[in-house]
Amino acid sequence: MLWLRQLPDRYTRMRLDRLKPLASLTRPLLALLAAFVLTTIALLSSGVAPLEAYRLILFGAFSTPVRLSDMIMLAAPLLLCSVGLSITFAGGLYNLGVEGQMIAGAIAAMVPLRLWPDWPPLLLWLLAGLSGAAGGALWALLIGGLRRYAGVSEIFAGLGMNFLASGLALYLVLGPWRRQTSASLSGTDLLPRELWLPTVDRLRLAPAAPVIALIALVIVWWALTKTRWGLEVRAVGLNPAAAARLGIVTARRMAETLAACGALAGTAGMLQVVAVHHALIPNISSGIGLLGLLVALLARADPRWLLPIAVAFAAFTVGSIQLPLTLGIDSAIAGVLQGALVLFALATRARR
Amino acid sequence: MHIAVEHLTKRFGAVCANDRLTISFAAGQIHGVLGENGAGKSTLMKLLAGYLQPDEGRILFDHAPRRLSGPGDALAVGVGMVHQEPLDIPAFTALENLLCAAPPGVFRSRRAAQTALQELAERLGFPVDPAARLDQLTVGQRQQIEIMRLLLCGARVLILDEPTTGITAAQARSLFTALRQIAAEGRTVLFVSHKLEEVAELCHTVTVLRNGQVVPPGQLPMPQPQEYLLSLMFGEAGAEPPIYRPLPLIDAPPVWELHRVTARSGTLQLVDLNHRFAAGRIIGLAGLDGSGQQVLLRLLAGQLAPDRGRVLVNGRDLTGAGPIAFRQAGIEYLPADRLRDGMIGALSLTDHFALLQGRGALVDRRAAEEAARQAIAEYQIKATPITPIAALSGGNQQRAMLALVPPDARGILAEQPTRGLDVASARAIWGRLQARRDAGCCVIFASPDLDEIMEYSDEVIVCFAGRIGPPIPRALLSSARLAELIGGVGFDALVEAVA
Repeated sequence: MLWLRQLPDRYTRMRLDRLKPLASLTRPLLALLAAFVLTTIALLSSGVAPLEAYRLILFGAFSTPVRLSDMIMLAAPLLLCSVGLSITFAGGLYNLGVEGQMIAGAIAAMVPLRLWPDWPPLLLWLLAGLSGAAGGALWALLIGGLRRYAGVSEIFAGLGMNFLASGLALYLVLGPWRRQTSASLSGTDLLPRELWLPTVDRLRLAPAAPVIALIALVIVWWALTKTRWGLEVRAVGLNPAAAARLGIVTARRMAETLAACGALAGTAGMLQVVAVHHALIPNISSGIGLLGLLVALLARADPRWLLPIAVAFAAFTVGSIQLPLTLGIDSAIAGVLQGALVLFALATRARR
Repeated sequence: MHIAVEHLTKRFGAVCANDRLTISFAAGQIHGVLGENGAGKSTLMKLLAGYLQPDEGRILFDHAPRRLSGPGDALAVGVGMVHQEPLDIPAFTALENLLCAAPPGVFRSRRAAQTALQELAERLGFPVDPAARLDQLTVGQRQQIEIMRLLLCGARVLILDEPTTGITAAQARSLFTALRQIAAEGRTVLFVSHKLEEVAELCHTVTVLRNGQVVPPGQLPMPQPQEYLLSLMFGEAGAEPPIYRPLPLIDAPPVWELHRVTARSGTLQLVDLNHRFAAGRIIGLAGLDGSGQQVLLRLLAGQLAPDRGRVLVNGRDLTGAGPIAFRQAGIEYLPADRLRDGMIGALSLTDHFALLQGRGALVDRRAAEEAARQAIAEYQIKATPITPIAALSGGNQQRAMLALVPPDARGILAEQPTRGLDVASARAIWGRLQARRDAGCCVIFASPDLDEIMEYSDEVIVCFAGRIGPPIPRALLSSARLAELIGGVGFDALVEAVA
């Protein structure tokens, strides 16, 4: 941008106007193309017809109602996590602990469900939701505390807390909360049927999950763009030194962004329990938090892009599940495509 | 080794740090290089040591031109540089630092390296323990190890950048003895400093840089009269008539009071400060870079808590209260690096005013935009309310930063308020600061530009090597005297006269 400063105003504006649509379109397209080239090379090297594989990856999720509902049930927690991460990104933090916050939320959501299974389901869901959000927020605040008081980078603190959370989940599944018959890695006993979030008949689709995710998206978009809190968070994220000079308590804003992200990830964990697995399983987060990190990176934490990208990534993942059956290749190729997209998007953005 | 530069030019953006320099340094001598901040000393040394590459001109080593690709390449040719802040690996021992940086084939074994290090240490009179970890040592000891490392790696030209800052007087004496020994062995020593006494004591020749040029062209043999060197460094002072403006008497408590304050930042320690900064004054802090001005400003802004003593703002004890409390008490800090510490480059003036609104859950964008519009008109900022701050020119950024100072501010701390600004913008900024002063503000600013200090200050405080002098009324000061004080000449006498 340095060269812009030396030009008279009118030229800058002209140049910028001409550059804008070009730059805003060519770079993402270039990244998209590069990601597909890389994925195609991976496919060709394993001797698979790329077009057939792409047909499954891109459109497989939309081929039957069951798959579509699976896609939506994956997109909902994914969107929740990436929405939460868009807050921490706005605040300049790399919350790699989102996975652990999701697990902590799932564990916390289990507590009221196990304590008072006879209470009315609606009340229990509400309690589980609050408890899950609080669990995730608390887990995230521990990261904030480590950063503030022990000088640990939130990246490493988050990664460490992820291991701690999954260890805790494993301990509960095999220990205090083990199945009545025998302890099993497949999870705790299933919740009573009436505590499962209601689903559309015969499908695994619980409409409450995507609705919650969409509400969260709208609220966060509003909070980040319209409220003073959002402006202050963005100021802290862009330049903590200057924000502090202007009178913002930066440490507090950072803690709040972490707590907000943790609460959303915890809600996602709660949904995994009451709407998807109906139990606590060791792998309750299923890598959704880290996939959410990719979504948030690709969307540049811009809330408007979160929904389409989260849906697309969920569709890739669900669509690729059929790959081993029909083409005899591993479904991990969806991960290659997702990873390559983010990588090339970052690379083309950095080239300025 | 004989070393020479011809038409050496180095630009940073629009600034020409070294402007067609032609100088030569003979072997076997200690050459002083003098100049004020920003004169181009460090740039020249970094060019000679391969840290920077010239835009034009060439460097000759023993009359043979050679382009240096980096500091390693320079050391292979025989040029080594000792930086002001030690550039070593603190977690390694002295011996490990020597070994890890030595070109292949210099030492046959660890034992050989240790023997060589100990022999050299004895010859130069440096007490050194090869097994001591560098983070356990003082800056002076690390400097000694760095000098020996460079010599053992084959340096025949030794460059020292401000070597006596941060080391004790005893270490400085032993450094001087060693440097004389090194020169006597036929090596070339370049001694960069701003302390005239040291250059006079140590150097065989002196080269004075001003605004990227050598003045007068070529080297001068030492000794030279001190006044002459000062006039070369800072320009002809001229006998300008002192402008006496009676300071307004304001019936208010001093904006800042320091009672027996001791504060430390890095290697610099300010000891036993007792100052009162009255309202309605512009106070200029003069001194070479890192003499204590920045530490004082940060102390007064609440960013640095004193180790001992009390800091009062408007009569209230705010010792250790933190920058936000200082800000609420009406203290505004304007950093030199506007985009790094001052404002948020990606946000607009409207956003900044919105941030300052303070209360209310929602941003009142209309009020913020109105405030931005008003500021743009009043401060003549060339921008729209929604232009990102980063897209403004330096002068407009500075005006924007001033416009963001709340109207009820009692004290303004400005670090280099006109850094990088052209004359017209600088004058406009000063008009604003003077208006604030007339409204009863106490403005304290630091600047490396002596003309700026002399032109705009009501009182001048000289900082020298971590010591903060007493405030001198501008009317009692001449440029020549100020230049002397900055170089430490007569500083002790001044402090004693006041005390």
